[in-house]
Amino acid sequence: MSVETSVHVVESLTSPHSIGQPSRLKSLLMVPSVGVLFLWMIVPLAMTIYFSVIRFNLLNPNVSGFAGIENYQFLWESGSFFPAIINTITLIGLVLIITVVLGVLLAVLYNREFFGKNVAILLVIAPFFVMPTVSALIWKNMIMHPVYGLIAFVLGKLGFPAVDWFGDYPLLSVIIIVSWEWLPFAFLILFTSLKSLDHEQREASAIDGAGSIAQFFYIVIPHLKRVIGVVVMIETIFLLSVFAEIYTTTSGGPGTATTNLAYLVYSFGLQQFDVGIASAGGILAIVLANIVSFFLVRMLAQNLKESR
Amino acid sequence: MKPLGKWFFGILAWVIAIIIFFPIFWMMITAFKTEQGAYSPDLFFIPTLESFQSVFARSNYIHFVLNSIYISFSSTICCFVLAIPAAYKMSFFPTVKTQLTLLWVLSTKMMPAVGVLVPIYLLFRDAKLLNSIPGLILIYTLMNLPIALWMVYTYFCEVPAAILEAARIDGADVWRELWYLLRPMTMPGLSSTGLLLVILSWNEAFWSLNLTSADAAPLTSFIASYSSPEGLFCAKLSAASLLAVAPILVLGWVTQKQLVRGLTFGAVK
Repeated sequence: MSVETSVHVVESLTSPHSIGQPSRLKSLLMVPSVGVLFLWMIVPLAMTIYFSVIRFNLLNPNVSGFAGIENYQFLWESGSFFPAIINTITLIGLVLIITVVLGVLLAVLYNREFFGKNVAILLVIAPFFVMPTVSALIWKNMIMHPVYGLIAFVLGKLGFPAVDWFGDYPLLSVIIIVSWEWLPFAFLILFTSLKSLDHEQREASAIDGAGSIAQFFYIVIPHLKRVIGVVVMIETIFLLSVFAEIYTTTSGGPGTATTNLAYLVYSFGLQQFDVGIASAGGILAIVLANIVSFFLVRMLAQNLKESR
Repeated sequence: MKPLGKWFFGILAWVIAIIIFFPIFWMMITAFKTEQGAYSPDLFFIPTLESFQSVFARSNYIHFVLNSIYISFSSTICCFVLAIPAAYKMSFFPTVKTQLTLLWVLSTKMMPAVGVLVPIYLLFRDAKLLNSIPGLILIYTLMNLPIALWMVYTYFCEVPAAILEAARIDGADVWRELWYLLRPMTMPGLSSTGLLLVILSWNEAFWSLNLTSADAAPLTSFIASYSSPEGLFCAKLSAASLLAVAPILVLGWVTQKQLVRGLTFGAVK
């Protein structure tokens, strides 16, 4: 390391123009990436904002003109808006709690050595690689089905009545499926981070008489705090757009029981073709995401500064 | 007490692993059952390839597999073409604005897909990109470009700058530098980045469901057609799903370490 640094210094003294002097030509290398991302960020956003304040329905060309806050007002007063917001928050909140709590416990459990650990890890992370439509359909038709499902079979053997998951607890069913998909993500990241925890620190605390539970709360949790923050924020961004699981299992129903913000926008925009109202819903999702990403970007910026 | 605890936690860890994996295992064995057999929860049965045959007979399954392969690999290549030059510039010739640019790149990933669904749908309709393969390639490239840029950037940063400077003094130009030095040195990192991008595109289900129907549909939206309410086809569903999931599961297991780096934007390595 020190050799490299000294070489660096020597060379920058001998040939100042070859190092650290970005020419205009080199800046051009960034243009394609930054350019397309800029368009990707600004054009749809501007269009969504614009559509959200005009009257625009694909089925009825006579509806036109400036709408002001009418679309937002309509959304606010429509019966499906509050359920959708509540469902979105419930879904994100419960999935976060389930995946982070179980993820931390699993990561601590898997931080020990045991027989066949690497194979067991592969089994735990597998659900993350299953496409959402497959997960949703397998869970709905083969695990949670009230007649043929595995859970009904096990409950039946134990003498309990079968549960009609999607009939009686539709939102909970979706939450279970989504948690199953995201638990591996939380686990994998927390587990990776836990591996970097200093063993000497734990040993020292053990010598000082700290039991497993004290170690967990005073050493493991503080070590994982920052990473838990990262997991929570990244999951939140993805969970705002949970769609495929709802689309393939319940289509937002029964009623509005499993309609979240993403599904609401889809049903206004692509089913009822009311672009204006759908865009107003889209803006709300963007605002929610921005609140979260504000904190995430600040945290990652901190990280970037420390690593350089 | 000590060895007992060790055994206890080992068994607990395995029990949890098996419970988490069970739905996938269940799908795997149901795929080899007959349609009637799929309704009884037997672990022991005579395996049959009946369901696979009827999946191929019922629909042009290979067509959707090819769509998925074509879309995910093309978008990955597009990501690399865009990301490598930019990452090269940012990691070897950083300026005061580089960090800011990186964070801005990241922030484009924060836009929830649902927020821009309507304008993208309309733009695609007007550009005749709805239900087309180039359309999905475009979306997936834009969706994954921030991750690609960040990952390639972190791998490039691990290459000691002195090596490149030495090459430059020996008269190597930018392209030779990239090809003869960076490519071999960062190949492991770049290939796992590529695998991660393929996995993410392969499993993407928001845009594929909203922007495609039969012709250009990748596997994610083809599988969704099994959700039709008229009759359950558990064995066929399992067979079709197994074929769709198996290759990506293998890729995922291979790249698990890079997955962490890519999905947390380098915050956890």
